[in-house]
Amino acid sequence: MGFTEIIRGFKGYKSGIYKIFAFVSLFLMMQSFALAEEPQSENKEVSGQHGEHPGEKKFEPGKLVMDHIADSHEWHLWGSHEHPVSIPLPVIIYNKERGLEIFSSSRFEHGHASYNGYRIEEGKIVSQDESAFYDFSITKNVLAIFVAAAIILMVFISVARTYTRNKDKAPTGLQNAIEPVIMFVRDDIAKAAIGEKHYARFMPYLLTIFFFIWINNLLGLIPIFPGGANVTGNIAVPLVLASFTLVITLYNGNKNYWRHIFAMPGVPIYVLPIITLLEVIGIFLKPFVLMVRLFANILAGHIVILVFFCLIFVAGAASPGAGWGTSLPAIAFTIFINGLELLVGFLQAFVFTFLSAIYFGMALVEDEHH
Amino acid sequence: MSLLTILLDASLAQAGAVIGAGLAAVGAGIGIGNIGGSALQSIARQPEMKGDVVANMFVAAALVEGAALAAVALAFIVGLA
Repeated sequence: MGFTEIIRGFKGYKSGIYKIFAFVSLFLMMQSFALAEEPQSENKEVSGQHGEHPGEKKFEPGKLVMDHIADSHEWHLWGSHEHPVSIPLPVIIYNKERGLEIFSSSRFEHGHASYNGYRIEEGKIVSQDESAFYDFSITKNVLAIFVAAAIILMVFISVARTYTRNKDKAPTGLQNAIEPVIMFVRDDIAKAAIGEKHYARFMPYLLTIFFFIWINNLLGLIPIFPGGANVTGNIAVPLVLASFTLVITLYNGNKNYWRHIFAMPGVPIYVLPIITLLEVIGIFLKPFVLMVRLFANILAGHIVILVFFCLIFVAGAASPGAGWGTSLPAIAFTIFINGLELLVGFLQAFVFTFLSAIYFGMALVEDEHH
Repeated sequence: MSLLTILLDASLAQAGAVIGAGLAAVGAGIGIGNIGGSALQSIARQPEMKGDVVANMFVAAALVEGAALAAVALAFIVGLA
């Protein structure tokens, strides 16, 4: 199967309709990205405002997308920017001079007021006298992590209790759903990657990250509170998970593993420096790619879903008829991408866990016959 | 707002970022197309191995997507900052 077959395939009649739709959506999207220029150009250059009628609010898809994927000190439920309905979350700040301060983020009045020498700028807290402080606030992502943790604890503690109560009986209820997934992680991930001898040690960690990532991905797709927070699409969460994998890999590395990194056996001495350099880079690059893969996949999925919705409003800004006309294909596409994101959420959790298990297995490989 | 004003508004960095993201999409398409094609061929040769083949296809696809989406994430960062 090569290029020629692919290009020949484009000549079917169906691809004509897709090409027209793609061109129209592209054209409308170009409009939306130009509209998204407005909030940034105010900060950077003194460029003239072009074509803005006073008193008319332009739809800014870039701003809408950023508001939905960024972390925030309040959980916005519904309502426009002028009259929002949101849950204010606690702000916990430790300042070296002023000590610990805890207050509700409603004091910031959605970014319009400052309180106690702090104000919110672009979603982050900034101190007005530039003093250094530590921000331990419960933000939207932190609350979403608590929700996912509560779900995991409830499900697994109840399943474990059922196992200890009905020791040798057939699984009932929730056990029927959880047991095959745990067996899948044990057999197809842990045993396959790490081997029979050592896999049991890593099972708690692998099960935890698998279910944590999967449940957070799924919660991120539910638009209603308490779902809809972009947890795994926030670079901090995959960063921490990947660093856990890195630390566990380095801690469990045996002599054979370190010898293969710093003094790879069986190579001529003059290529050894290059190989050592590449191997040391590889120690850190592997968890880094793990982090970027999870982060970018989930973030890209959320952005695509949001942008497909924004298409409707961008077309509606041109003319109400275009808006209504765009709504049906846009909603159909959004539903399709949402279904794809369900698969991607599970797949990314599986790939993260599987690759972590592979790295643990590589750290524990016994010396064969060098 | 005409097409010309739209094109003149976006900065060169943003144009480069979006072109880079598009190239990454081409790379992802070629890679996953290859993976899907070989998976289909192996299923056609040995239909009883379908479960194993499909599972491994998804793993390989996720790895290819990792590289492509790393490029997209970089384009996102450059394009918006």
